Amino acid sequence: MKTTLILSTALSGLAFAATAQEVNVVSWGGAYETSQVEAYNKPFTAETGIRVNMIAADNPATPLKAQVEAGNVTGDVFDVEVSDAIRLCDEGALMEIDPAMLPAAPDGTPAVDDFVPGALQDCAVANIVWGTVISYNTTKFEGEMPQTAADFFDTETFPGKRGLPRNPKRTLYLALIADGVPAAEIYDVLGTDEGVDRAFAKLDTIKNDVVWWEAGAQPVQLLADGEVSMTTVYNGRVFDAMVAENQPFEIIWDGQYMDMDMFVIPKDAPNLDAAVEYLKFATDTQRLADQARYIAYGPARQSSASLVGLYQDGVTEMAPHMPTSPEALENAVMDDPEFWADRDAEMVERFNAWLASS
Amino acid sequence: MANVALDPHAAVVSTASGGPAALTSADGTPLARALARSQRRARRRAFLLVLPLLAFILITFVVPIGQMLQRSFYNAGFSANMPQVSAWFAETERGTDPDDAAWAALAADLTAAAEARTVAMVGTRINYDLSGTRSLFTSTGRALRGGIEPPYRENLLEIDQKWGDPQLWSVMREASRPVTANFYLAAVDRARDAEGNIVQVDERQRVYTMLFGRTFWLSLVITALTFVLGFPIAHLLATLPLRKSNLLMILVLLPFWTSLLVRTTSWMVLLQQQGVVNDLLVWTGIIGASGRLQMIYNQTGTIIAMTHILLPFMILPLYSVMRTINPSYVRAARSLGASSWTAFRRVYFPQTLPGLGAGALLVFILAVGYYITPALVGGSSGQLISNMIAMHMTSTLNWSLAAALAALLLAAVLVLYWVYDRMVGIDNLKLG
Amino acid sequence: MALPSYASPLERAWHYAYLVICGLIFFFLIAPIIVIIPLSFNAEPFFTFTPAMRALDPDGFSLRWYQSLLHFGMENPQAEGWAFWSDAWANANWIKAAKNSIIIGFFSTLVATVLGTLAALGLARPEMPFRRTIMAILISPMIVPLIITATGMFFFYSNPCDLLVLIGLEPQCGRLAGTYLGVILAHATLGIPFVIITVTATLIGFDQSLNRAAASLGANPRVTFFRVTMPLILPGVISGALFAFVTSFDEVVAVLFIGGPEQQTIPRQMWNGIREQISPAILAVATLLVVFSIALLTTVELLRRRSERIRGVTPR
Repeated sequence: MKTTLILSTALSGLAFAATAQEVNVVSWGGAYETSQVEAYNKPFTAETGIRVNMIAADNPATPLKAQVEAGNVTGDVFDVEVSDAIRLCDEGALMEIDPAMLPAAPDGTPAVDDFVPGALQDCAVANIVWGTVISYNTTKFEGEMPQTAADFFDTETFPGKRGLPRNPKRTLYLALIADGVPAAEIYDVLGTDEGVDRAFAKLDTIKNDVVWWEAGAQPVQLLADGEVSMTTVYNGRVFDAMVAENQPFEIIWDGQYMDMDMFVIPKDAPNLDAAVEYLKFATDTQRLADQARYIAYGPARQSSASLVGLYQDGVTEMAPHMPTSPEALENAVMDDPEFWADRDAEMVERFNAWLASS
Repeated sequence: MANVALDPHAAVVSTASGGPAALTSADGTPLARALARSQRRARRRAFLLVLPLLAFILITFVVPIGQMLQRSFYNAGFSANMPQVSAWFAETERGTDPDDAAWAALAADLTAAAEARTVAMVGTRINYDLSGTRSLFTSTGRALRGGIEPPYRENLLEIDQKWGDPQLWSVMREASRPVTANFYLAAVDRARDAEGNIVQVDERQRVYTMLFGRTFWLSLVITALTFVLGFPIAHLLATLPLRKSNLLMILVLLPFWTSLLVRTTSWMVLLQQQGVVNDLLVWTGIIGASGRLQMIYNQTGTIIAMTHILLPFMILPLYSVMRTINPSYVRAARSLGASSWTAFRRVYFPQTLPGLGAGALLVFILAVGYYITPALVGGSSGQLISNMIAMHMTSTLNWSLAAALAALLLAAVLVLYWVYDRMVGIDNLKLG
Repeated sequence: MALPSYASPLERAWHYAYLVICGLIFFFLIAPIIVIIPLSFNAEPFFTFTPAMRALDPDGFSLRWYQSLLHFGMENPQAEGWAFWSDAWANANWIKAAKNSIIIGFFSTLVATVLGTLAALGLARPEMPFRRTIMAILISPMIVPLIITATGMFFFYSNPCDLLVLIGLEPQCGRLAGTYLGVILAHATLGIPFVIITVTATLIGFDQSLNRAAASLGANPRVTFFRVTMPLILPGVISGALFAFVTSFDEVVAVLFIGGPEQQTIPRQMWNGIREQISPAILAVATLLVVFSIALLTTVELLRRRSERIRGVTPR
């Protein structure tokens, strides 16, 4: 095995002899990845000389968990949802992050007070607030346009296929909202068996009209190709398609599902020091504000908000497109990490059985 | 071929040495012994040639699979991190109510696990069998960071009433032994109830038996389709003059040599609702613009794409058998008054059966294990059991369940492989 | 497949119908591969033939997707001349993927071909003990579902020393998952059955008395192998090697499971691309791969003809 090691070192050295320091960042791909490359990676490499490798995943928590369990960690920084950050931290997989080491806001406010509530966890630092929203292709309907989550389930008035993600977390809530449950009570209802039954019963009504998606870029593609007339989608992705590619899409903010994306560092990260450097750099006030120039996600620092201005095209005002705008918050569901840490496995199983049965 | 006793030379020698005056070689040893020695040497030499590869395959392939399958019946997630309460379970009978010692052991284990940050792993293991318990462990772990005082039972119940649930204790008892059949039970939609009896899981959670059934059914459909499409082609290729058939053969081999992902992509391009096929149908007026067909992201997509991908595996063995069929048999049948259909059915077709068997088994074996194509074009109704294995491997991380599902699939494939070897002979496998 | 002169009108009709059916099946086989080629030159980001394309208007076609293959990942795609190409060579994602695919494909083919050919020579000897069983084991990587193989390798390659721990040793060793060596070994394993099958097939037609003749004329085993056996079985070895290379070049499941961020190969990049966005850029890659496989196929066909000529086997 020693020879193997020497051999493998020799081989990897052979191919990448030139690389000095680097950091592997696992993120969500697509337009979101592009925004991170522009706002974080390029200035980071320019300033420190550390090369950043971006790796795309459907959900970066998935490879992270697998890598930790197998004792084979290859990524240094992962961009994950809050519930996964808490869960992985509980399992002792992540490095604990002391908020004191994060840079203060330009006016001197310490990081602890600058980040929005919930954005700093034991092992994670949020970079953005984002929403899953309903979006539709305006060319698919005539006359009246859909307005609410209930319209999503109304295939009579608004014909065409629907796009939904193939997981329970971002489908069940929508069914309940459409069924008349107020956003604030979603988790109370979903915590009971009757509530889950109710959500599945609502989903049953459109089951045959659903095209399921898995990666964040897929729903945008489905909408653009005309495969679906309405879909749920991450708000930044659909904004990108609407503004940068002039696609005829509209967003329905009713029943928005809000979540944060957090940077975490696994304990066994191969480039630990570079990872910490990256995390500190990417979550400072200016960087978070810069990201909003490339994608419509809200910065996780309060001090960044005033720095958010126009989209990269120089004309589009970003504020109304943010998931944190007043209109967007009217009937928004906030993610409940505890609930999902507990019930995810059971819900996934039931969801799969539901999907598989015809 | 390998059997020495059947070697004609060996036979000659053994009769010769049985005679009164045994033959000897130049150095005086009896010829039979000299021959046996040289044969032993030849055998060893042949084996030495194979040995490096055999060792390589054993280390890089057989051992990893064996190691993975071990997880299907071995999971120490609970027992390794909760040693005291596991010991209590080992000492007591099933059905024993937890006594003071049990509660004390549980409290001690939970405190230690909370310190070591392993309590979430324990919770995950129990959550496999009893959903909704993961947070019980993590939240109790958090509450215990400051330590716990007796009476343990009352204090634990105060943190969470669920600790008193007999079902929870039954599940913990099961998990306290690292060797378990529970994952195999789960893989066939069974579970143990509070008394330890094996029962079917709730109807709304049953999925694997159905998926195994679907996998085999779809594989059968695909095998049948490759036969229907492959037979005429193989027949044409076998009866055309070689120059022409070699040219047409390229049309069969090109897909065979083209990247699997490329072929899957092109089916996506062809079959999606705004894709080429639907465009063509609308353009020719066969369907209306609003009636575009859903041919992908469902079973139809999986069937079409997999039939296309596996078709060469049916054509090639059929072709090699059909080439050897003497055309004069059919002519003789015709001259004896058989109609062309009868001649085909009674004379030609039976002779193609070896090729058909080989092709069908190969296609079926490959189809049951397919992963990439159903994942990309299968939507939800076109998913096969491999997709579930991949899901448990990479996203839910219930590796023991993934391993149990894999073991069942592997067993089915190996049985078929054994049948193939019996019927066709593994050395008759040909490519191109 | 000429129609006999005594065929009845019904048989004639059936015969032509049969030819049409065969034509349709050939179309089914080949159409999916052909259709992506024109679409990869689409000027628009769609998968359909635009009106401009149907009218064969040159404006409907463009090389933009091929260009985007180069630009994707480059630091400065606007540079010109030497700066552009050195940037592309170092940073363009698809070029990096191609380099990885070739490195991994080359080494895994080398391992598979050397070990596979040796083993096939052993298996072809009549004295070989347990021939059938061993053959079945060596072919099994082709039969066992890839998802099972890949998961098994994922665990084993993550901690390759677990095996030694089991027998009481406490070695210090790194991991194979996430290294080039790991992917190479995995791909070699998957390529081996193809080498065994093709080389064994060549050896069946190989006249063992040639070896004996060489030996009787005083050649030692090594000379016999390199001067007599090798030239004759070479076509089989090469076509086995090609199969092994294509297997590695097309493999995505194992590399998804055991490859690290560095081992981004073409199929893995395509897999991401298909899930992320099936833009015509993916079709451009697909077209290049089809051209590549046509080249390989031609090579194999030429080799086969050469082998028949050398062995004096005339086509039946």
